[in-house]
Amino acid sequence: MAGRAIWKGELKIGATKIPVKLYSAVADRTVRFHILDDKHLMRVKQHMVSPDSGDEVTNQEIQKAYEVEPGKFVILTDEDLQSLEPKPSREIEVTEFVPPESINQQWYERPYYLGPDGNEQDYFALAEALEKSEREGIARWVMRNKPYIGALRSQDGYLVLCTLRNAAEVISARELPKPAGRAPSAKELNMAKQLVGMLEGEFNAAEFEDKYRKRVMEFIERKAKGHAPKLRVVKTKRKTTSLDSVLAKSLESLKKEKRAA
Amino acid sequence: MRPFWSGTLTFGLVSVPVNLFPANKSSRPSLRMLSDEGAPLERRYYSQKTEKDLDADELVRGYEFKKGKYVVVTDEELERLAPEKTRDIDLTRFVKEDSIPPVHFERGYFLIPESGSEKAYKLLAETMAKSGFAGLATFVMRGKEYLVAIFSDHGLLRAETMRFVDELRSPADLGLPKKKKVPAASVRKFEKLISSRSKKEFSGAKLQDEQAEALLKLVKKKEKKRSNVVEVETEEREPAKVIDLVAVLKKSLSGKAK
Repeated sequence: MAGRAIWKGELKIGATKIPVKLYSAVADRTVRFHILDDKHLMRVKQHMVSPDSGDEVTNQEIQKAYEVEPGKFVILTDEDLQSLEPKPSREIEVTEFVPPESINQQWYERPYYLGPDGNEQDYFALAEALEKSEREGIARWVMRNKPYIGALRSQDGYLVLCTLRNAAEVISARELPKPAGRAPSAKELNMAKQLVGMLEGEFNAAEFEDKYRKRVMEFIERKAKGHAPKLRVVKTKRKTTSLDSVLAKSLESLKKEKRAA
Repeated sequence: MRPFWSGTLTFGLVSVPVNLFPANKSSRPSLRMLSDEGAPLERRYYSQKTEKDLDADELVRGYEFKKGKYVVVTDEELERLAPEKTRDIDLTRFVKEDSIPPVHFERGYFLIPESGSEKAYKLLAETMAKSGFAGLATFVMRGKEYLVAIFSDHGLLRAETMRFVDELRSPADLGLPKKKKVPAASVRKFEKLISSRSKKEFSGAKLQDEQAEALLKLVKKKEKKRSNVVEVETEEREPAKVIDLVAVLKKSLSGKAK
């Protein structure tokens, strides 16, 4: 399946411009449910009602407002909202480059691939230069009336633009207190280090698959055929033992597994 | 505020009961809808058949298996479809923190230890910080399976939910042109451009939501001029609750939550 570009723009670094197409890098696999009315098993509709009268209010009569304090609203007219929209532009402006490890994972939101749009040489040269320099570009652009911030990076020789959250959307661990309690002993740290070391490996995304999604889909298919599969109730239990002995036992069993393999 | 999820984080046979709280929040000021007379409105579901409004207990979840034909799936069924061992965050793999491509990252959550489990929590956080490893696991939460990477972050553990490999497209899927060999001079030109604009560090604090700020500024101006301001009795309805996530996290970490 060849993807369709969702937007066209121009990467701009200083005076240099590279025309690009933007594609979503995400394939949605979520099992989509609809809200149904339980008597007729039909999809429901939504409307806005006045809570006092229960009467429907049509779109033409609806006003948008910001609640400045409980019960006090400032109405924003269509003109107000339009005045807040960013100026349309085709430019993805890259203002600076930073080491990738200085961007904490919490900032990344949604990935897009950029594809070349007429100048393949500059496109692949920039991707290679980003990789060699070990840098990610910080970019800003406006797409469909919305301003975006993103990180421009090279992945397997192609340009990826990941949207980034803004400062108000990220809670930093630095501003939070640390959990109370005693620090682990040297012996415990040593055992934990060995344990982690035995589970160490390369990152391989293919190692993990969404098995639950498959179970849900199989269940739906059986139910659609009129079979109502019985599902067992599952209880969760919790056990408590000393940290020391549990660490030692974990190491033992992992070592056994490794020998057996 | 209740935790987003409560469960057990395990590595080897060590289990750490934890609560999950969001590490991200929305910065967009939410707007309310008012009637032309200034009354706050409510969104309601109604039946296509009877055109009557429906209460929450008259709604079910359905999967459309054929046009207009639905299979009803209950919360209980979704819950029971998850085998017991999938309900824990069992760290089965540790990888170098910086080896995970950021295209996978979706959303962050802080793991906060339940009282009594701080010791094992600190042990894992410190071990991971020292080795520079992130732990990987899959687990089922609220009717969905998640792939998570757990990072040690300033003494806390943070989980990032990640897209599974089949939730990401590749350049080949998208039909992007094959990679091209480019002249070394061309690459050098860009390397120079990059190095002349390089900073030592990413500074996220500069990334402000300018649109949200402009909206709040406009609201303030209008409020001062008393233009388009409506006041309604507040007893009639619950005022929109603003949750201070940082305060919630601080309280949970002090062990005084509940």
